[in-house]
Amino acid sequence: MKLKLRIWRQAGPEVAGRMVEYDLDGVSEDMSFLEMLDLLNENLTNRNEEPVAFDHDCREGICGMCGVVINGVAHGAPEGVRTTTCQLHMRSFADGATVDIEPWRAGAFPVIKDLAVDRTSFDRIIQAGGFISSNTGSAPDAHATPAPKREADEAFDNATCIGCGACVAACPNSSAMLFTAAKITHLAMLPQGQPERYRRVKSMVAQHDEEGFGNCTNIGECAAVCPKGIPLESISKLNRDLIAAMFKADGK
Amino acid sequence: MAVTGLIMIAFLLMHMYGNLKMFLGPEAFDHYAHWLKGTTEDGGILYPILPAGWFIWIFRFALVLSVILHIWAAASLSAGTLKNRGDKYVTSRKKAQTYSSRTMRWGGIIIAAFLIFHLIQFTIVPGSVSGGDADEPHTLVLAAFSLWWMVLLYAVCMVLICMHIRHGFWSAFVTLGGNTSGRSARILNVLAIIVAVVLFVGFMIMPLAVLFGVGI
Repeated sequence: MKLKLRIWRQAGPEVAGRMVEYDLDGVSEDMSFLEMLDLLNENLTNRNEEPVAFDHDCREGICGMCGVVINGVAHGAPEGVRTTTCQLHMRSFADGATVDIEPWRAGAFPVIKDLAVDRTSFDRIIQAGGFISSNTGSAPDAHATPAPKREADEAFDNATCIGCGACVAACPNSSAMLFTAAKITHLAMLPQGQPERYRRVKSMVAQHDEEGFGNCTNIGECAAVCPKGIPLESISKLNRDLIAAMFKADGK
Repeated sequence: MAVTGLIMIAFLLMHMYGNLKMFLGPEAFDHYAHWLKGTTEDGGILYPILPAGWFIWIFRFALVLSVILHIWAAASLSAGTLKNRGDKYVTSRKKAQTYSSRTMRWGGIIIAAFLIFHLIQFTIVPGSVSGGDADEPHTLVLAAFSLWWMVLLYAVCMVLICMHIRHGFWSAFVTLGGNTSGRSARILNVLAIIVAVVLFVGFMIMPLAVLFGVGI
């Protein structure tokens, strides 16, 4: 298939970027979106042009490294499908289609180059409380700490968040509330997460704000593009813990 | 924002209900207005728990405080958000957002302007805009809503207010932790639509009745 690509090219963080058009021939519908970009980059390299920078790692939909806005949708999944950019296949596009490709856009995700953005702000939110403190040693027996089934399921659903940043990219407020909520709900539902539960919610939300993410207005774009289906309900769970934390001495 | 918003929605429901007193005749409406202000012979609302005439001022204070806190919260939260929001996408497609959720900020500003106009017209300098006698509140209402453009203005503003409430009602409960499952999301959204529609119909039916001279 033949495609007309319009890609955001930006040489560096401080340089102004712009959309550049490329015609790409010989795309197979079995290619993933990233393989299509690889093909483009091969062509560009052969022509002695600068290849397009984009983030990628596992290409299996589980590492959270890849992610671009495709035709206005973060990860570009067709209606009713949840997927990361690497698991999106070219059969989702029509032959001869024009495809717009842009980086995540958010104040807290500055562009490094082309389609690659700096998402270390997510790491700092995790560092602020997305962990449990326990002494290491030999692994505890699997049944040493019983976890109720419903809560364990909910924790697992939220733990599937891969931190790709699509929620921030899609949010009109550039808020990372869904990401933060997934991390908080994941740990708050498990017995191991209880000792630091209320300290955690306070510090993670404080770090979220400090990083320059916007405030949530419950619009729901985040949950609509999340490749892992983290539900909007997680944000209400975060708010519940935050309200409860207001009455606790724990945390900042 | 959530708490002050819900207080104001509760007030609007009561306000709407009170307006419908117009259908019971001018005496009923005027008596209700005077009773709220504590100028009726029986001392009015909450007398003798409160001295006559105190309730209205406590009530006004609480409402003004709600409005101010609501605007302050909106302004400070929006300022932080707008400062750090990313650049606009060249192409963007909306997947989940509603028109109401997208227009909360501008909608809120227009509603605040309308609120000031409405208070001047009926409370601060009664009769200043469209005439009527402040001692007989029903005459203020009749004078205002016998003008077609005034009814139109109120109708347009009520659409804006009800859209603001449609998203605000849902959003307030999400913020307070009420959205716990897919089912509760549906229930909250349906309730928000019901509250918005009830408010629009309940508020507009009386001015329309005055304009067309039906029932009043």
